[in-house]
Amino acid sequence: MMLHSPTVLEAAESAADPSPAPALEVSNLTVEFPTRRGVLTAIDDVSLRVEPGEILGVVGESGAGKSITGLAVLGLLEAPGRIAGGEIHVSGRRVDTLTEEELTKVRGREMGAIFQDPLTALNPLFSVGAQLVETIRLHTDLSREAARDRALHLLREVGIPAPEERLRQYPHQFSGGMRQRVVIALALAAEPELIIADEPTTALDVSIQAQITTLLRRLCKDHRTGIMLVTHDMGVIAETADRVVVMYAGRMVEMGRVEDVIHNAQHPYTKGLMSAIPSLHDRVDTLTQIDGSMPRLNSRPSGCAFNPRCPMAGPRCRRDRPNLVDAGPNRAACFLHEGGTQ
Amino acid sequence: MTPADPILSIDHVSKEFDVSAPWLNRVLERKPKLYVKAVNDVSLTIPRGSCFSIVGESGCGKSTVARLVTGLYSTSAGEIRFGPGTGGRPVRVQMIFQDPQSSLNPRWRVGDIIAEPIREMKLRASEEETRERVDDLLRIVGLASDDVAKFPHEFSGGQRQRISIARALASEPELLVCDEPTSALDVSVQAQILNLMRRLQKELGLTYLFISHDLSVVRHMSDRIAVMYLGRIVEMAPAEDLFTAPQHPYSRLLLGTIPDIHAPNRNRELQGGEPPSPLNPPTGCTFHPRCALADERCRREEPQLRDRGDATVSCHAVAEGRARTPEEKET
Repeated sequence: MMLHSPTVLEAAESAADPSPAPALEVSNLTVEFPTRRGVLTAIDDVSLRVEPGEILGVVGESGAGKSITGLAVLGLLEAPGRIAGGEIHVSGRRVDTLTEEELTKVRGREMGAIFQDPLTALNPLFSVGAQLVETIRLHTDLSREAARDRALHLLREVGIPAPEERLRQYPHQFSGGMRQRVVIALALAAEPELIIADEPTTALDVSIQAQITTLLRRLCKDHRTGIMLVTHDMGVIAETADRVVVMYAGRMVEMGRVEDVIHNAQHPYTKGLMSAIPSLHDRVDTLTQIDGSMPRLNSRPSGCAFNPRCPMAGPRCRRDRPNLVDAGPNRAACFLHEGGTQ
Repeated sequence: MTPADPILSIDHVSKEFDVSAPWLNRVLERKPKLYVKAVNDVSLTIPRGSCFSIVGESGCGKSTVARLVTGLYSTSAGEIRFGPGTGGRPVRVQMIFQDPQSSLNPRWRVGDIIAEPIREMKLRASEEETRERVDDLLRIVGLASDDVAKFPHEFSGGQRQRISIARALASEPELLVCDEPTSALDVSVQAQILNLMRRLQKELGLTYLFISHDLSVVRHMSDRIAVMYLGRIVEMAPAEDLFTAPQHPYSRLLLGTIPDIHAPNRNRELQGGEPPSPLNPPTGCTFHPRCALADERCRREEPQLRDRGDATVSCHAVAEGRARTPEEKET
């Protein structure tokens, strides 16, 4: 995969370690949900990679499987969901085969998580300081005082004013944006190599959203943390990520550098998605729309899952399933780039 | 600026909510009564056949305005007047809500959901005609006629929003109040609904009061836009003007921070500040703690809406000429 952004390449060259292991490497991941009416495949053959200091955007509409991918990496799939195939490596260490006990040690130390709603991610009964100190001491052997100093340092780093005072306060005394900063501080507590950020700005207003994405970008570059940014908002991806994976109905349909995917989309779904977003610069009479909606998990069509909504679909699309192939600057899973749809 | 034929005019409307602690707590802890001014002295007029949008961040009072217009809340002060409807009858107003999941009764069949306003308002003489009308409505919003017998859970989010639109159209309204109609939908489906709403506006001559936090959607839909901040309108301008030359510092902040896929601003400076609590709004101009142009006068004196060309802006800096638009700075 030779699709690093220039900043990552430069950063990688200047690093002391000549070939650091990728922060995250997922290969051929398949996630299933066995139900009474048969096995539903939520994630089908997903492979992706996040380099240290890189932000990989994972974008898709609801039901595309982007959050499930994040949860599978974190080992937080809820039963009956299970990893049915593939491997997950975090900084070179395989994590999908770990027991729950081992996973608890990896989670937080090697991979942090930021979820959509900061209020549910924080415990309302403990002060923010207590939660930070607990997390820091769980993963490092710092003394209570040193952990407190580190907590102060973390709050300062994520841009919370008057951190000494804020340490003693409870989550309800923080605004939404400030709470999300606390959650980011918690995720950073043990200096993980990888952070899974699942819709970190969706619950926030635009002016606050911009603050949080800027913060994520800065932290990612400063700490050389790999971030997997899961969101439905292409705008957030455009402003934050280096590379992007577009998912549809549990599969990857396109992957490439952000600029290339936005301006030079190769998969019909990505193309439709990009032109369905109303522009801020010029006004059109009718937006390009993709008719229909994403198929449900239990009624995915055969062949390419997008074929019923695709204007270019041919008989081959209804029969076979396309895999990711080189398509212009990107990689796309579409027969248009693999010898036609006939 | 009053348009010749307003379908709706809102005149100095305010809405206060009582958020006091319970009586016993107030007495024991000597707490005063507490009010939130959700909407503060808002005036606007909507010309017939246009789309007027209100944008702002959460808690700015935009949904409260929608609810005041539809009568779901009563005003604390001010007046809401409707223009004459067609054929001399009063203007019919309907509302489309954000979440079609919770605004449709899960125990009713789609046919009954759409027919309810027709039956309730006795718009059709017989059950036969009602059924025909429901059939027409389903076709207008792009659903099939055999969908009448289904329940809302059998539809996707976008189709459910089509059902709410059909229900809203059932009573033949002239003014549709749309409160974040596409915020719960995915982009590809959002485009379907926005296209449908634009088509319906043209075909049925509807007027929209459109509430949204999504500026790109608002730009696509509206003729005129009001920007609200902490219960007040800070700027009101034709859609084109607002997006090409926003005047109020808050409008500029909003436009500067929305992520734009075509011109991403990846290396922006952190924009400081958050909206203050509406319980205890700042003195003077409520935006002054976040405003780079704020001076002594802004902290002391509340600005009033003033006409500037086609727009009205409430800002001392703009009125005094201290705020120049980026284009003016370049020249």
